[in-house]
Amino acid sequence: MINASNSRFGQVFCKLICKLLFVSVPRPMLTLTSICMGSMLLMGQALAQFRVEVAGVGITQIPINLNQFKDESTSPQKITQIIQADLERSAKFKVSTNAFAMDESSRPDFNGLRQKALENFVTGSVTKLADGRFDVRFRLWDLIKTQDLGGASFAVVAPDLRRAAHQISDFIYEKLTSEKGIFSTRIAYVTKSSNRFNLWIADADGENAQAALTSPEPIISPNWAPNGQQLAYVSFESRKPVVYVHDVSSGKRKIVANFKGSNSAPSWSPDGQSLAVTLSREGGSQIYLIAASGGEPQRLTQSSSIDTEPNFMPDGSAIYFVSDRGGSPQIYRMPAKGGPVARVTFNGTYNISPSLSPDGKFLAYISRQGGQFKLYLMDLTTERVQALTETSADEKPSFAPNGKLIIYATQIQGKEALMTVNWENKISARLSGQAGDIREPHWGPFLKGN
Amino acid sequence: MKKVLSGLCLLLVLILVGCASGVKLNEVPVEDKSSSLVKADAANALSGKSVVTGVQTSALGAMNMGPAGIEKVVYFDYDSYAIKPQAQATVELHAKFLSADKSRKVALEGHTDDRGGREYNLALGQKRSEAVKRSLTLLGVSEAQIEAVSLGKETPAASGSDESTYAKNRRVEFNYK
Repeated sequence: MINASNSRFGQVFCKLICKLLFVSVPRPMLTLTSICMGSMLLMGQALAQFRVEVAGVGITQIPINLNQFKDESTSPQKITQIIQADLERSAKFKVSTNAFAMDESSRPDFNGLRQKALENFVTGSVTKLADGRFDVRFRLWDLIKTQDLGGASFAVVAPDLRRAAHQISDFIYEKLTSEKGIFSTRIAYVTKSSNRFNLWIADADGENAQAALTSPEPIISPNWAPNGQQLAYVSFESRKPVVYVHDVSSGKRKIVANFKGSNSAPSWSPDGQSLAVTLSREGGSQIYLIAASGGEPQRLTQSSSIDTEPNFMPDGSAIYFVSDRGGSPQIYRMPAKGGPVARVTFNGTYNISPSLSPDGKFLAYISRQGGQFKLYLMDLTTERVQALTETSADEKPSFAPNGKLIIYATQIQGKEALMTVNWENKISARLSGQAGDIREPHWGPFLKGN
Repeated sequence: MKKVLSGLCLLLVLILVGCASGVKLNEVPVEDKSSSLVKADAANALSGKSVVTGVQTSALGAMNMGPAGIEKVVYFDYDSYAIKPQAQATVELHAKFLSADKSRKVALEGHTDDRGGREYNLALGQKRSEAVKRSLTLLGVSEAQIEAVSLGKETPAASGSDESTYAKNRRVEFNYK
């Protein structure tokens, strides 16, 4: 039964059944697994039209009711819908909606709402201000404890309305799960269509994508600066790989590494002062440290092998990287200033693309196993490894700043796709948005002040 | 009578208790942690932070022509960086051309097939272009005339997932400047 609910068919079905059942089922919380197990025989033909967004097993969902934000029709963005989609995609909430004539200043009718089996309740409003901005307000209520869990007001320009909605989702998520939300963070990724390459900045849900760079030549390896405002990446616009640093809001960019040979694999140091890069200026691919403003690079590795894909330990103490010094590509570790190298991966003959969790306790990477490229996770304390995905052409993992989700590129039915996976429960979700070839995702940091 | 009265009293008390508890439920004081809403806009520096200004790069001009009648591509075996015998003849012709005209410069572009990671393939493509570079310098070409770079798996010559496609993509291209 567990296997069945792991299948695509089962996943679709779980979501469908849960949609039908959860509305009428209050506390105690239900799990997807139990429902799926009880209802497998009911599978019908309604499956075909149902779109998979969240899939997995063993989900405990928190019920929450969103009251449509008052006057949100004045806003170009449907705030309530964005919050609903955020919370549903996290798979941690069972979301229902209402349209009572209420806003964040209204006192809920606790008894009445409880009788409708509601538990957590969100009210809010959108007001167009005289200066053209929008004031988005909300309040979160715990109907069971009759408790006001807090609220906030965001006076924002129209382009920031989605982010205001995502910040409300973050607030709700953190209050009710005690984990930091990542809805208001951003991701970078690259698309390719008819020989045009675009570097996109999108909301964490894959929506609201804006092109930061458009080029007739490839773009790879976008990497967010710790300040969340700059991206380093490799552009082939001069028909060779060159590392740029690009301020995304202003569009200003500068070349950081354009030495003779190839320049690639930029990775910001946690203090934002420098980048680890792979250069072939002295022959071979070796790892160097270079100031974010450019200048003379300092060589960190000294091998006659390939050393590439550097990735900093979040505390800045070490760099994990890929090397074929042992005969096949494996992940190694060295002090951030260079020095003695220790091998980290031992299973299989092809382990690449290391990415460290924000707490430095886990390593995500891609491992070739039986001809398939799979996203793996290593617990760096126990050195235990596990595969996280059902897909087989996985590339370039990176952690969400709360450390719970990993974004990666893969292929689904022969088409490139971006997926997220929660490594604790293996719930995966496909990012909506772009069609066509989509790859090279990198998850940005928490915004300052969040 | 006393019994009736006490019974009535008890009933009254019960009703009152019932009422009281009912009233109480409705009037549970709301714990209001934030009497006024937090103004989040300034604290979060939200204004316009979602704006992305797009940048467009232009296409490069056409490459200069290299020597006429010489093959511009050499191919490699899987997982190999060794120049094959038939490719060696091509490399020698390029070496002659470059040695005869020291003003000419060539970019050697290494490429891989599309299996595996992008950055690792970039490094593998670099190994191929550097192998050709080494061959050219051994034949007397000045290093200053050569730049070995890699495009990894980013610009395949052919698309597909069979061995004949892979073989077409494992290559080094000679691009004269």
